[in-house]
Amino acid sequence: MTLDPWVLLAIVGMSVATYATRAGGYVVFRFVKPPPVVRAMLAYIPGALFVSYVVPALAVGGTKEWVGAAATVGLMLATRQLAVAILGGTGVAWVVWSFS
Amino acid sequence: MAAGFTRAAVVAGMRQSLALQAAVVPFALVCGIVAQGQGLSLLEAGLMSAVCYAGSAQLLALGHWAVPAPVVAATVAAFIVNLRLALMGPVIAPWLDRVRGWRLWASLFLMADQNWALAVREMSAGRFDAGYLFGSGAVMWVVWLLGTLAGHAMASSLHLPPGHPLFFAALAVFVAIVAGMWRGWGDLVPWAVAALVSFGVSRVMEGTLYIVAGALAGAGAGVVRDRVRHPGQRA
Repeated sequence: MTLDPWVLLAIVGMSVATYATRAGGYVVFRFVKPPPVVRAMLAYIPGALFVSYVVPALAVGGTKEWVGAAATVGLMLATRQLAVAILGGTGVAWVVWSFS
Repeated sequence: MAAGFTRAAVVAGMRQSLALQAAVVPFALVCGIVAQGQGLSLLEAGLMSAVCYAGSAQLLALGHWAVPAPVVAATVAAFIVNLRLALMGPVIAPWLDRVRGWRLWASLFLMADQNWALAVREMSAGRFDAGYLFGSGAVMWVVWLLGTLAGHAMASSLHLPPGHPLFFAALAVFVAIVAGMWRGWGDLVPWAVAALVSFGVSRVMEGTLYIVAGALAGAGAGVVRDRVRHPGQRA
């Protein structure tokens, strides 16, 4: 059970940088009072952010990812249950993977 | 409990985040396995997951680990990978504006992609308060930490090849979240712009800035479209 000083320093650096992004965006927003156009953008951030997360990842994926993602979307729209969609979609991807 | 941070919201957040944990576990296991492979001790791996608490940043840093530890590179990479978190806080400002002190700073510390998405959904529906973000985040933090430690401990006996379908679970979380976020055809333009820009940027730039670029471009496109459609209305 060791704790190397350089590793500790790297963990501290990563943690400070990460917390700066977590708290920083909100703190700036709270005290700087951004213009209306920025506030209007916020309503579109959630969907756009996750689309930007998912699309490039799927673009470099293969059959397993595409079929799994299609199953996940279908299950989510049909059931509106996150757990069903995630577990079902992953199960379908697993099936595709074991047959390829 | 303070106003804007109710016990009911904390409990609801803890309960509803359980659906996400199935996808957090494999991600956390991998993080522990990679940490062990790079020579981090159990204490160091646990400390990183507990204090940094950012899966993609940790995996990226560990992927380029060295001896002595690359302090500056890991710090800069964590900041860039997590820039998207800076966009997420302001979205839930209506909740965060109502809390102060440790409740605010702890809720922000526990804000991650998955529980933030649940929080946005509940806030839009007019339910709960910042306690929901805290409760859902607290469960995820515990699962993340325990999963990392378990991965580290089992690293020598657990073999998950890179293409293993368990890794797809981490992506399936976001696919399911985004499918649930569709509000109607008004989302088509911002989503299409986000998809095109994020894909384009991911092709020409290293790293994960494509998420921030796609999110900003898509949100900007949504606002521009609204102004074209309703020219008299100013936000």
